[in-house]
Amino acid sequence: MTTTIKLEQCGKSFAQTRVLEPVNLTVNAGETLVLLGPSGCGKTTLLRLIAGLETPDAGGRVIFDARDVTRLPIEKRNVGMVFQSYALFPNMNVAENVGYGLKIRGVPKPEREARVAQMLEMMRIPDLRHRLISQLSGGQRQRVALARAVAAAPDVLLLDEPLTALDAKLRETLRVEIDTLLRKLGITTIYVTHDQAEAMALADRLVVMQKGRIAQIGTPREIWFNPADRYVAEFIGAAASLSGRVENGMLRLSGLSVPWAAPDGPVRVMLRPHALRLAGAHDGTGVEVCAAQFIGERTRLTVALPDRTLVSLDASASIIAVPGDILHAALDPAALIVLPESQTP
Amino acid sequence: MSTHRRSGFWLQLGLTLLVCAFIAVPMGYSVLAGLMRNAFIGLRSGLTLEWVGQVLQLYWPTILLSVEIALLCLVATLLIGIPAAYALARAPGRLARLAEEALVLPVAVPGLATGLALVVAYDGWGGFRQSIWFILAGHVLFTLPFMLRAVLAVMSSADLRILEEGAASLGASFIRRFFDVVLPNCRTGILAGALTVITLSMGEFNLTWILHTPVTQTLPVALADAYASMRLEIGSAYTLVFFVLIVPLLLCLQRATRPQTARKRP
Repeated sequence: MTTTIKLEQCGKSFAQTRVLEPVNLTVNAGETLVLLGPSGCGKTTLLRLIAGLETPDAGGRVIFDARDVTRLPIEKRNVGMVFQSYALFPNMNVAENVGYGLKIRGVPKPEREARVAQMLEMMRIPDLRHRLISQLSGGQRQRVALARAVAAAPDVLLLDEPLTALDAKLRETLRVEIDTLLRKLGITTIYVTHDQAEAMALADRLVVMQKGRIAQIGTPREIWFNPADRYVAEFIGAAASLSGRVENGMLRLSGLSVPWAAPDGPVRVMLRPHALRLAGAHDGTGVEVCAAQFIGERTRLTVALPDRTLVSLDASASIIAVPGDILHAALDPAALIVLPESQTP
Repeated sequence: MSTHRRSGFWLQLGLTLLVCAFIAVPMGYSVLAGLMRNAFIGLRSGLTLEWVGQVLQLYWPTILLSVEIALLCLVATLLIGIPAAYALARAPGRLARLAEEALVLPVAVPGLATGLALVVAYDGWGGFRQSIWFILAGHVLFTLPFMLRAVLAVMSSADLRILEEGAASLGASFIRRFFDVVLPNCRTGILAGALTVITLSMGEFNLTWILHTPVTQTLPVALADAYASMRLEIGSAYTLVFFVLIVPLLLCLQRATRPQTARKRP
């Protein structure tokens, strides 16, 4: 019942402008693949190619299992799709929206109603069945859209920034719900987002995209710990990018140093807040506090390294510091991302 | 809210009533004249339905013809206008925009000129020239742009396109999408267009005056005839008949175009 999706040399141009370089991509049966990138990176175009809302440029092929669906329009691909604006039909009530795909497939009414009830139950909105779309809140619309997309048991589920229109708190709640739902359904899912936290939380595998090409594919852990380049590292975690140098087994960086086993030469170091820790005067380097923000479970300090580069440092919540204080900091080698210097974002 | 209304409110109310009176009083008087025994003497002469009766007797065929043409015109503009609007809304490029402009051109040309052009072009087509279809053709030509514009406005919205994609993603073919999603969600535009077409067709004079023959007289043409050749009371009574016909229609259509509120549960 689960479907493997294969894209072969799928590129897309709109009137001379290439928005997607030809990509090869396999989505394994039952996995949740997240397409992540800033707006304009081609992630939605890629999703629409898979959906059948766009056709790839000549030479590209879209394959569902062994079936070549490149020329099939979306209505013949048996996909379920959730749109950023939900695309719920204002002329139908909730139950009619959710049951529309089943009606199209000629499912008899009693069976259809049972399935709709089951879907609304699953999304925990059984009371809304007679409501009009205009009478629903954003979160409720989102749930209806999800219920509608999965009601007809599609082979593939496609979600285009489904949480973007919601406020932060609701986004968090629904993210967990969507995750639970996807695990339960076990359906091949492609999820588009520009939010890296959302991507990390939902993805089995993550595709980071940049300017119409795939920058890196991997599990969230692989991408977090081993970003392929500076662009991915910057997109995944708010990291400072510093130039450093390896010399005689030591990595030197803005006045800090740490043992590092690599050939000598210039390197680019991506520094996340947790890669820098407070240390004692004997094993740390003096840094000056420029700003301190208490954010609940920790205190985020902005410190000036000896060469005056500003970086963030996450300290325990008990640390009380004011600008001008001198603290001692050390690098945590396990949390460092070191890339060859030649790469540019 | 305070119960004590400020003077600004009364000023606005007064102004509104004044404007309403400016519009309504002449019409009211005209209608009333059709009910007076003698319009020159005024209400003192007493009220009567005699003139209305005479109008119905004299002009019944023209009234019927006007309603008939208006309805046929509505059907024609719906059948041509909706698909055309859809095609234009979906077609990309400059050619489609050009076509859009060209279709609206008849509005800018005076009705008399359009009428004359039609007469010149179809002069040789005797049967057609003398039938009501000739008048209908003129009315369709004149009203189609209004239908097209009204429908195009709702059909070009990005929302509708996404709704269509949503329906397609659920497996709906083009025909299903069109009838299940496109048409119902363009209802307001279609009804607004229908309202305009019916009222324009019912009231159309310029074009029809050129196109008509003695046996294809519509209500407004006959109205002009009544004003010119009959007693003032008959002309006024005819206005009353016209109002009775058009006002309920306007109210119905206006009601239908109101935004959808809670619908009945199935």
